[in-house]
Amino acid sequence: MNGRKQTLLAIVIALVAIALPLVTPDYRAQIALLWVMVLFAMTWDILGGQTGYNSFGNVVFFGIGMYASAVVQRDSGLDYFVALFLGMGLGGLIAVAVAAILGSMVLRMRGHYFAIATLGLGIAAAELAAGWEFIGAGSGMTTPLYPGDPGVQYLFFCYLFFALTAVVFCLLAWLYRTRFGLALNAIRDNEDKAEAMGLRTGLYKTVAWMIAAFFLGLTGGAVGNLLRFVDPRDTAFAGATYGVWMVLMAILGGKGTLWGPVLGAVVFHVTQELLWTHLLGWQRVALGLIIVAIVVFFPQGILGWARERWPERFGHKVEAS
Amino acid sequence: MSAQLVVEQATKRFGGVVANDSISIEVPQGSIVGLIGPNGSGKTTLFNSIVGYHALDSGSIRFEGQEITSLRVPEIARLGLLRTFQQTRIYGKMTCMENMAASDGECGRGIFDLLRPVSAETRENAEALLEFCGLHSKRHLRAGDLSFGQQKLLEFAMALMAKPSMLLLDEPTAGINPTLINGLIERLKRANQDLGITLLVIEHNMRVIMNLAEHIYCLAHGELLAAGSPEDIRNDKRVIDAYLGAH
Repeated sequence: MNGRKQTLLAIVIALVAIALPLVTPDYRAQIALLWVMVLFAMTWDILGGQTGYNSFGNVVFFGIGMYASAVVQRDSGLDYFVALFLGMGLGGLIAVAVAAILGSMVLRMRGHYFAIATLGLGIAAAELAAGWEFIGAGSGMTTPLYPGDPGVQYLFFCYLFFALTAVVFCLLAWLYRTRFGLALNAIRDNEDKAEAMGLRTGLYKTVAWMIAAFFLGLTGGAVGNLLRFVDPRDTAFAGATYGVWMVLMAILGGKGTLWGPVLGAVVFHVTQELLWTHLLGWQRVALGLIIVAIVVFFPQGILGWARERWPERFGHKVEAS
Repeated sequence: MSAQLVVEQATKRFGGVVANDSISIEVPQGSIVGLIGPNGSGKTTLFNSIVGYHALDSGSIRFEGQEITSLRVPEIARLGLLRTFQQTRIYGKMTCMENMAASDGECGRGIFDLLRPVSAETRENAEALLEFCGLHSKRHLRAGDLSFGQQKLLEFAMALMAKPSMLLLDEPTAGINPTLINGLIERLKRANQDLGITLLVIEHNMRVIMNLAEHIYCLAHGELLAAGSPEDIRNDKRVIDAYLGAH
């Protein structure tokens, strides 16, 4: 796909995204969650796909955003929207700081060691939150009621998450074309070589994680208000659901690509909702089977598979000289 | 000619094995120097010590007058001292052009310089160097899909892209077919003459190294066995014995 076709596709998606919640009011909550899933997959892919560091701990940044926002809304006494946006921003900043600190430590590990260490981060964060009275400990926190009609509430979150998705998408589309994006890819393909060429690999990896953390923090800050409840293990630091889904969605669509995580998140979310609806009681089993099928038949993801199948469509061809 | 790289009394042990035993070499600015020796004689260990892969047990290494003994790999690379690998290392999932763009003048650049799209100038440079290495028509292929010999050429092109002042090449012709080798010797000489890059080359192919180098060091069993012009080395009985196993 060339640049013009991609822009056209993005515009069509944007128009659908704006019209859809108006046409189908019953699905507004689901559409809002769909954008959250897209955000999960896109932010995960910055480090996981583009840089080759499979993190199972990104949910930490999401949870930090959720709690930061809930605390600001509880204690600041400000108007709902002011407190919400202030809380989201604060969550994003704290998440960035945490990513910088954690990154300088765990990003020294590579491959499986990094993946396992980050898995531990998510669990540790959940246990810490579940033991801290200030943020409700094990019983979690409730977020304030939206000042207005519930239907309008979901419409607001649809557009809020879509706006965030659009910003992140455009930012990444630009970032992956810069030399910074190439440096991340270089680290993914051969980190020793990247070091031997003089790249500041440690710095780049940490910055990549900080970018992901910032947007996950913002997302988390708003999701707390969408779900109306912040629970340390089930929503905020939900490693077994959100934490794993992020990885799955990016892999399903094709990690290391711009569109792959978007595609993967949409396919995943729609499939999951259909399973809930039509296979109640068996939805987790069906989801498990789908995950196995993805790994066996599409290890490169949908876009990765397409790239192997039609390399010339992705520009990989020998030129007659 | 002043020495650009000076290695003094470099010693490196791995457990009980002395891989490099107080080796001293000098590489003058703008020269092509060869490093030969039988397998296991410590050539690659010396390379690794120079570029900062591991610390020396004793001795010192100076590059352009600066002490680099305790610097690490990326820091040394940013000073303009680059190496290529015996087993090629390229960025397999990126296209050749992306490999080249990622290697462009990283030396000394900060993160904000990176937050710009690849410039037209970089792209032109990359295309010119790929042309120079005979890979121009393959520039949009993924580097991992190239043959081993082509990957070696790409790695060489990437090294040139970074504009180093000295290049350490670890067996640049190993695994490359004889016809391509002649082209490679030609390109190495041109890189040295036209771009002014000093070369320190590990090589097993005697025809190549005798053709290429002005001065050769021969290692055996971790010790410096002989040094001199290609002519001296060729006629040195100790060198012949080392290669034939009499040492």
